[in-house]
Amino acid sequence: MPKLTIDGREIEVEAGTTILQAAEHLGIEIPRFCYHERLAIAGNCRMCLVEVEKMPKPVASCAMPVGEGMVVHTNNANVRKARQGVMEFLLINHPLDCPICDQGGECDLQDQAMTYGGDRGRYQEEKRSVEDKDYGPLIQTWMTRCIHCTRCIRFITEVAGTPVLGGLGRSEHMEVGRYVGSAVSSELSGNLIDLCPVGALTNKPAAYTYRAWELKKTESVDVMDALGSAIRVDARGNEVIRVLPRVNDDINEEWISDRSRFACDGLKRQRLDRCFVRKEGRLVPASWGEAFAAIADNVKGMAGTKIAAIAGDQADCETLFAVKELMAALGSPNLDCRQDGTRLDASVRASYLFNSTIAGIEDADALLIVGSNPRIEAPVLNARLRKRWLKGGFKAAVIGPKADLHFKHEWLGDNASVLADLAAGKHPFLEVLKGADRPAIIVGQGALAREDGAVLLGLARQVAEAAGCVKTGWNGFNVLHTAAARVGGLDLGFVPQAGGRDVAGILAGAQSGEIAAVFLVGADEIDMKGLGNAFVVYLGSHGDAGAHRADVVLPGAAYTEKNATYVNTEGRVQRTRLAAFPPGEAKEDWRVIRALSDALGKPLAFDTPKQLRERMAGAHPVFAAEGVVKPAAWGTFGASGNVAAAPLASTIDNFYQTDPISRASKTMAECTAAFGAGCGCNGKKTGTHG
Amino acid sequence: MSNEDMTNFAFTPENLDAARKIIARYPSGRQQSAVMPLLDLAQRQAGWVGLPVIEYIGEMLEMAPIRVQEVVTFYTMYNQHPVGQFHVQVCTNICCLLRGCDGVAEAARESLGIGWGETTEDGRFTLSEVECLGACVNAPMMQINDDYYEDLTPETAKAIIEAFKQGETPKPGPQNGRQFSAPEGGPTTLKDLTFAGEKG
Amino acid sequence: MLRDQDRIFTNLYGLHDWGLKGAQARGDWDGTKAILERGRDAIVEEVKNSGLRGRGGAGFSTGMKWSFMPKTEGARPHYLVVNADEGEPGTCKDREIMRFDPHKLVEGCLIAGFAVGAHAGYIYIRGEFYREAEHLQAAIDQAYAAGLIGANACGSGWAFDLYVHRGMGAYICGEESALIESLEGKKGQPRLKPPFPAGVGLYGCPTTVNNVESIAVVPTIMRRGASWFAGFGRPKNSGTKLFCISGHVNKPCNVEEEMSIPLKELIEKHAGGVRGGWNNLLGVIPGGCSVPVLPKETCDDVLMDFDALRDVRSGLGTAAVIVMDKSTDIVRAITRLSRFYKHESCGQCTPCREGTGWMWRLMERIDAGNARIDEIDLLEQVTRQVEGHTICALADAAAWPIQGLIRHFRPLMEAKIQARSQSAA
Repeated sequence: MPKLTIDGREIEVEAGTTILQAAEHLGIEIPRFCYHERLAIAGNCRMCLVEVEKMPKPVASCAMPVGEGMVVHTNNANVRKARQGVMEFLLINHPLDCPICDQGGECDLQDQAMTYGGDRGRYQEEKRSVEDKDYGPLIQTWMTRCIHCTRCIRFITEVAGTPVLGGLGRSEHMEVGRYVGSAVSSELSGNLIDLCPVGALTNKPAAYTYRAWELKKTESVDVMDALGSAIRVDARGNEVIRVLPRVNDDINEEWISDRSRFACDGLKRQRLDRCFVRKEGRLVPASWGEAFAAIADNVKGMAGTKIAAIAGDQADCETLFAVKELMAALGSPNLDCRQDGTRLDASVRASYLFNSTIAGIEDADALLIVGSNPRIEAPVLNARLRKRWLKGGFKAAVIGPKADLHFKHEWLGDNASVLADLAAGKHPFLEVLKGADRPAIIVGQGALAREDGAVLLGLARQVAEAAGCVKTGWNGFNVLHTAAARVGGLDLGFVPQAGGRDVAGILAGAQSGEIAAVFLVGADEIDMKGLGNAFVVYLGSHGDAGAHRADVVLPGAAYTEKNATYVNTEGRVQRTRLAAFPPGEAKEDWRVIRALSDALGKPLAFDTPKQLRERMAGAHPVFAAEGVVKPAAWGTFGASGNVAAAPLASTIDNFYQTDPISRASKTMAECTAAFGAGCGCNGKKTGTHG
Repeated sequence: MSNEDMTNFAFTPENLDAARKIIARYPSGRQQSAVMPLLDLAQRQAGWVGLPVIEYIGEMLEMAPIRVQEVVTFYTMYNQHPVGQFHVQVCTNICCLLRGCDGVAEAARESLGIGWGETTEDGRFTLSEVECLGACVNAPMMQINDDYYEDLTPETAKAIIEAFKQGETPKPGPQNGRQFSAPEGGPTTLKDLTFAGEKG
Repeated sequence: MLRDQDRIFTNLYGLHDWGLKGAQARGDWDGTKAILERGRDAIVEEVKNSGLRGRGGAGFSTGMKWSFMPKTEGARPHYLVVNADEGEPGTCKDREIMRFDPHKLVEGCLIAGFAVGAHAGYIYIRGEFYREAEHLQAAIDQAYAAGLIGANACGSGWAFDLYVHRGMGAYICGEESALIESLEGKKGQPRLKPPFPAGVGLYGCPTTVNNVESIAVVPTIMRRGASWFAGFGRPKNSGTKLFCISGHVNKPCNVEEEMSIPLKELIEKHAGGVRGGWNNLLGVIPGGCSVPVLPKETCDDVLMDFDALRDVRSGLGTAAVIVMDKSTDIVRAITRLSRFYKHESCGQCTPCREGTGWMWRLMERIDAGNARIDEIDLLEQVTRQVEGHTICALADAAAWPIQGLIRHFRPLMEAKIQARSQSAA
C-alpha cells in the first residue's frame, strides 16, 4: 500500500487509488467537472489539477494513481493559478445567463467560479453559440452552456447502455450531440440532468418553474417500481416540483428511472381531494361523514364472507395492516394484495423476495431471467445487470420476451416449456448455471401472473435448487416485483385468510352476488367490470379506474404526502417521508381506515402511527428493522402441473404509464407519444443485442 | 451532417470483398479498427459519407452509429456533404504561405470561379483550404484527389486546373522540373552513388 | 559534410528503383536473418548504444523505449506501431522514406518488431499520403512474397505481419496515444498517461510507437554498428538526420546530414542559402512549427541538434527548418500557425479547446492591428495558462510559437497596432 503526503498529511491507500480519491479520504475536496466516481475517468476538464513534487507539470488528480512517497499539493499558489486558468477557459464561452438558468444555485461551475473565477472577463472575442439539440420531452438542452465534460456521453454509453450521445466534431467546435437517427429514449435518461455539472441539460417538464434554493428537500423512497430507490422530493410550498435520486449503494447507487423522476407531475392531476358518494348513478361530492355513513349503510351488519378487500400497487404497509385488521374485525377472509393475480406464495418469504439483493446480483456469474424484461420493469436494476456484464465473466439467458436488455444474453425463447426443460435437466443452460459459482435466477411477474404461475414458480425453484442457486452464503433465487406494495402486502399476509377468496375469487363472487362489498385500496389494475353489482369503496389518491367504478370514494395520500412504510423487492423495509400535504380533504390512508372503523363500529386498536407500527411489527417481525435485508429461510413452494402454451411476456406494456400517478402525468404521456411504450427495442441496435 | 441525396448505401460486391480483407487486418473482435478504412472505401464509392453510410458501416462493425459519426466528424478527409469529382485542396499553412500560396489560392479561386468550401455549379470541382499536407519543401502545393501538385506558381496552378477541366490528368509532383525534394537545379548529395545490380 | 557513403537514405530523391530489387541493390535486407539471430537484447543494446533518439520530435532514446516493453510475451500480444502521420508543418521527410525507400521502413519494422516481441506491426500513415501508402503497401507485398516478413520472416522463425493503416486527416493523431485511439477506430483523442503504451497500448496491449525515420535507420545501424552511427553529431545527439529546409531559401529541399551541423551551414550548403543572403534572414523555426522561432542572431551559430536548440529555448523537433527572410510578415505567419492549432485541437481538454481559439483570435486582431498593446501581455498570459495544463503536448505546441514571437519580435506586433491606431487617428 503506497504511502503519500497530501497537503502535509500522510496517508496510506490501496495501490491504484487516484490522488483525488486519496485526498477525499483525508477530507480534502478537489474541484472537478468531468470526474464522476461512477463513470470512466476522462481527465478532460483539467479542473482537478494538483501539483506533485518532482513532476514537471501539474497533473490531473482524477486520473493519476498514487505513488509511494508522492508529495502532493492540492491547494498551493501554483495549483490555484492553474485552476483559475482552467476556470477562465471554461467561462470564456459559457453564457453568463445564470439568472435565467435552472441550474443556477446548484451549478458546479457557478460554485467553483466563486472560488476560482475572476471578477471580470478578459475575453473580448465573440463567444461561441451552439445549436440546441432535441433530446425529447424530458431533457432540455442548452448546448451553449456545455463545458464538454462528456459525463452525459459516458453515462448513456456505459451505464445506460444506449450509446446515442457522442462528441461530434473537434477543437472548439466539438459538440455533444445525439445521433440523428436515435432518440434519447433510455429509461434512465433523466440521470443525465443530474450528471450535467452545468445547465446544459435541464429538467424540461420543470423548466422555469423553480429556483433551486426555494425548494424544500425531503429524503424519501420511490414507489414507482418495486426497487425502493432512494429519492429526494423537492417541493415548493405544497407542490412537488421534482424528484431526484439520492445515493443508496444497496439499491440504486445514484440513479433513478425516468418514471420515478418525471411522473411527479401526475401528483397534481386527477387527484381525489374530497369524498364522493354515488347517487343516482353519479358520483357527487360528499363530506367524510356522508361518505362513512354511506359505507356503514351498506356494510354494517353484512356477513363478513360477503366483504372483500383488494390492495393496489402503491398501497403502503400501514394502510394494508389497518385494512387487514378491519377486515378481520368485519369477519372477512377475502383479501388479496396481488391484484394482477400473481401466484405468489406468502407463506415462504424466500419465494417472493429478490434474495441475492440488488447489490448482490453483482456477485452472480450466471443468470437466468424468466418472464421478465428488467429494462422496463426495473431500469435501475437493469443498469446493475449491465454493470455486472461489463465486468466480464457473466453468462445470462432469458426465457421470456425478446428484448434489448443492454447486456449480452442468450434468448432461450418465450415458451414456458423451456423452463420445464431446464427443471427436467434437459436444457444446456442448466449446465451453465451449474457451472457457475454464484448462479442466479430472476423470476418476473410475467411468469407468475398466469394460470400456471404457481407451476412456473415451482419449476423455477427446482431449477434454482438443481443449479446450486441456493447455498450457504448465497441465495440467487430472485423474484423481481413491479409493484412497490407487493412484498409489504405479502409480508403482512394480505392474502386470502382461511376459506377466503383471492382476487379472481372475489371478482367471481362479485359477479355471482356472493361478494357484496369490495374495498379497493388503491387498486386500479383489475377488470372493474368484474365487480358486478358489488358495493365498491375506493380509497386512493387518483381518479383512476377504481374511483370511476366506486360507489364511495375516499381521498387518500400519494407517496410524497405521507410517512409510510414500503418493503422493496429485496424485502427491505423503508419509509417514505411527507414532502407535501395531501390535497384538499384527502388524508393519510391508514387514518381513513382508522376513522372508518369507528363508523363501522369496529374501532381498530391504534390511534397513532407509533401504535400502528408497534402492532404491525409485533404481528410481523420483519417490520421491526428499517433499511436492512435479512436472509429469508428457504422452503418448498410452487405447484406441479403442466405449463401453458402462452408465451411469457412482461406484465408492463408501457414503461411510462404503469400506475395511477404515471397515468395522470402529462410528461409520461408525452414520453409515450415520443418514445413509444419503451418496448425494450427502440429500433436501433446498440451492440449488445442479445 | 447532411442527408442530401443519399437514401441508402451498400458496398458493391468488389468493395464488400475489399472490406472483408480490411477487417481481416485487425485481430478478431477488434473490427472497429476498420472503421476508418471502411468509411474511406465507402466515400470512394459514394463520393461522400452520409447517414446511410454511417449506419451501414456501424452495422458491419457492430458499432453504435454515434461512434461512427464521431469518427466521421473528427477527421477532415471525410466529406460530410457531396463534393465535386475533383477535390482541389490548397495548403495555406506556414511553408506554403511563405512561398506564395496566396497567389496559388487566388488562381484556384479565379480559375474555378468559387470560394473555399464551394463546389462548381456543374458539380465537377470542389475547392478547399487545407492544413499542412506534408510537402513543405515543395511549397506551395495543392492536392487534387489523391495526387500532390507541388512547387506551384499561380500560373502552373491555373494550368493544372484548366487541364482537369479539359478532362486531362496533369502529371503530379513538382511543376518546376525539379527532382522531387532535391534542391532545384540538382542534388547537393547522393549525386554519384551507383548501385550494383540496379537497372538503369 | 557527411559523405554519401555514410548516408542512410540513398534514394531520398527517388532517383533509383524504390522496389525490392532496387532496395536490395542499395543494401537493404542484407543479412537481416543474421541480425535477428543476434537476439532481442543485443538489438536493443545496439540501438541504445547508437544514441538514436526518436526522430518524431520528442527525441527520446529509441533503444530505451524498446527496453520498456515486457521482456516476455504474456497473455497480451505485443504490437509495434509506426507513426507515419507526418503532419507537423514544415516536415516532409517520412514521406520521402515511404515513397522512395519503403523497404528500409519495412525491414526496420521487422527488426524493431522482433526487438520488442511484436508479431504484428501497424504503420499509421496520414491519409493524404495516398500515393506513399501505395508504395508502402507494394513494398510490404514484395516483402511478403519474398518471405522477408510473414510466418517465417527471413527464415528466422519469427512470425511478423505488417499492415498499413491510413489516417483520415487529423494532426493530433501524430501524438502516439491519439494515434493508438485512432487505430482502434475511434476519434484521435490522446489518452491519459499513465498508463504508457509500453504497458497498455494498442488494444490494451504492450505497444511501442516509433517514428518512421527512427525505424528506418535501424537496419543500417544494425549492419554498420552502433559506433558508426554514434560517430556522427555531438554526444547524446548522435547520428545522421533528415532535414527539411523550407521557406525563404533559394532551393528548398530535404537532405540527410550529420546531426549537430550548424544551421547556417545546413542552409547554405544544401538549400542555396537564404533568399537575398544570410543578412536578409529574419528568423528560423528550426524543428517544425511547434518549436519557438529563433531570431537571426541565434541562427548565426546555433547547431542543429536536440541539446543545442533546447539551450536556445527552442527545439530540434522534427528537424524541419522553416526559414523566414526579412520580407516575412512573421506576425501573420505565426497567426496562421495559431489557426492551425485551433483547427487541430482534438477538443478534449479545456485549456486547449478554449485556449487555442482565444490565442488565435487575439493573434488575428494583433495581426490586423486591431488590438491594444496590453493585449500582447494578455496573449502571453493565455499561452502560459494553456501550456502544461493539458493531456497532450498540442496545447504546448500552440503556445510556444506565440511565446517565441513575443520574446523575439514583440516590436513587430506593437508596430502593427500602432500603425492601425495612427491611420485611424
